[in-house]
Amino acid sequence: MSNTDKLHEIRAIIVRHKRWDLMFMAVGMFALMIAVLTFTVLFAQMIIDGMPRLSWDFFTSFPSRRPGSAGILSAWVGTSLVMLVTIVAAVPMGIGAGVYLEEYAPKNLVTEIIEVNVTNLAGVPSIIYGLLALGLFVYQLGFGQSILSAGLALALLILPVVIVTTREAIRAIPVAIREGAYALGATKWQTVSDHLIPYAAAGILTGIIIGLARAIGETAPIITIGAMTFIAFLPPSLVQTEFPFLSFEWLTSPFTVMPIQMFNWVSRPEEAFQLNAAAAGLVLVVMTLAMNGLAIYLRYHMRKKIKW
Amino acid sequence: MHESTDVHATSTQYKSEVRDLSFYYGEFNALKNINMVLHEKQVTALIGPSGCGKSTFLRCFNRMHDLYPGNRYMGEIILHPDDVNILASNVDPIEVRMRISMVFQKPNPFPKSIYENVAYGLRVRGVRQRAVLDEKVEEALRDAALWDEVKDRLNQLAFNLSGGQQQRLCIARALATDPEILLFDEPTSALDPIATASIEELITDLKDKVTILIVTHNMQQAARVSDYTAYMYLGELIEFGVTDTIFIKPKNKQTEDYITGRFG
Repeated sequence: MSNTDKLHEIRAIIVRHKRWDLMFMAVGMFALMIAVLTFTVLFAQMIIDGMPRLSWDFFTSFPSRRPGSAGILSAWVGTSLVMLVTIVAAVPMGIGAGVYLEEYAPKNLVTEIIEVNVTNLAGVPSIIYGLLALGLFVYQLGFGQSILSAGLALALLILPVVIVTTREAIRAIPVAIREGAYALGATKWQTVSDHLIPYAAAGILTGIIIGLARAIGETAPIITIGAMTFIAFLPPSLVQTEFPFLSFEWLTSPFTVMPIQMFNWVSRPEEAFQLNAAAAGLVLVVMTLAMNGLAIYLRYHMRKKIKW
Repeated sequence: MHESTDVHATSTQYKSEVRDLSFYYGEFNALKNINMVLHEKQVTALIGPSGCGKSTFLRCFNRMHDLYPGNRYMGEIILHPDDVNILASNVDPIEVRMRISMVFQKPNPFPKSIYENVAYGLRVRGVRQRAVLDEKVEEALRDAALWDEVKDRLNQLAFNLSGGQQQRLCIARALATDPEILLFDEPTSALDPIATASIEELITDLKDKVTILIVTHNMQQAARVSDYTAYMYLGELIEFGVTDTIFIKPKNKQTEDYITGRFG
């Protein structure tokens, strides 16, 4: 076989093989487009329907029987307060559990079983958390159908996410850094609090925000514990003029949240309420995207400082 | 084990004595019945082929093995002048690490400022006064021959330093707490030849202040920096003695083969 023949053969093989590259690219692109386009169309439809309804009044009005004057005041205040409870409950517990499992827990069968279970808990349907919260917080502990119960239910829901990301962020810290701290005579707690948690903070924060972005849109557990679908008053204020200036009465107040407000409007027969639902949906999606954006920003900027 | 006769002829005192030390990773017997001494304010080098246990031996001195489960020590490492056995189970490893500092193979500065890196050992000991910290940090950086290069940027991140500077920073960090023994675990294996030379020079200078034990895979380095050398093979101490003797007329055939490059 001459040299030119050989060259021709090689080129034919390359052309044949590159056809597969092209085919895979086309299939992959198609799959990606289905996902992206679907979201874009849905989001665009929501903007078209909801945008005209968005105004200052929409944020400062209570729900109403007249669609034109109905707003999401009680819903976004409720969502904010529920999230506050969720953060206060889930963050210290999640970080504590993650650090314990990674740094303190003896490596034995019991720990391993707990680890597997924590990971699996992240996949439990949210309605189950709702039922748990209904039995435990609402009835057993007597918190009632309140912001406290809802916040704790969502805290349980995102706890596995916080624990798992905390552990991953801590595990990403090189052994050399840990040994460096111990070699200087640091105790375990000094190593954890001076090094591991600060260096893992970016990863932990990302996990918390992603967890919250999931919690903010949860409807099922909130309905299960009995949130109001129509509520025309706000919980008592967090701050008061008299000592001790902080009030915790709001914790036991009835409430509603954004997704439930949406659900309520969608199930109305009048066309005008559908537009309200679209507007509320838009607000909710923007809130979620903003949280995810913040997570990406934090991850990028806090990690830029740390390179192993 | 053959101990060269002139070990005892020197006037230095022992900073530490290792007696019948054995060490186990689980079932694996990594160190076998080691007997050795560290001479006060002298440099002792541990040499030997990869996997001979020299790093394992070094890490016994600051009880680093206690960080991981399943490790077991037998025998004693006596620290003078108070004659405490630092391997004893009633001696807290943290106490040992506060007396004996370590510099690692790869520079491992914390992702903090240069100042905070050096000050960390003092902070662990509860030092809070700024004046004391400032003074100790400067002293340690001067001792590590790094002060002039970093004095104007103490608040910058340690990662901005070059590899050699980072390793000197780690040495400063280890020195800031006035250790009795300074352990080096192949401190130049991740550095270029120029940075290596500066670290070697530094080790020689530090001898006035502190007793040094250094693991190295580089025999020339051992010959250049150390006063005493120990040759290890498969977890055993084959020969220990004055560096010049070990390198010029070793008593043991194995040592000679290793040093002359016929093996290893």
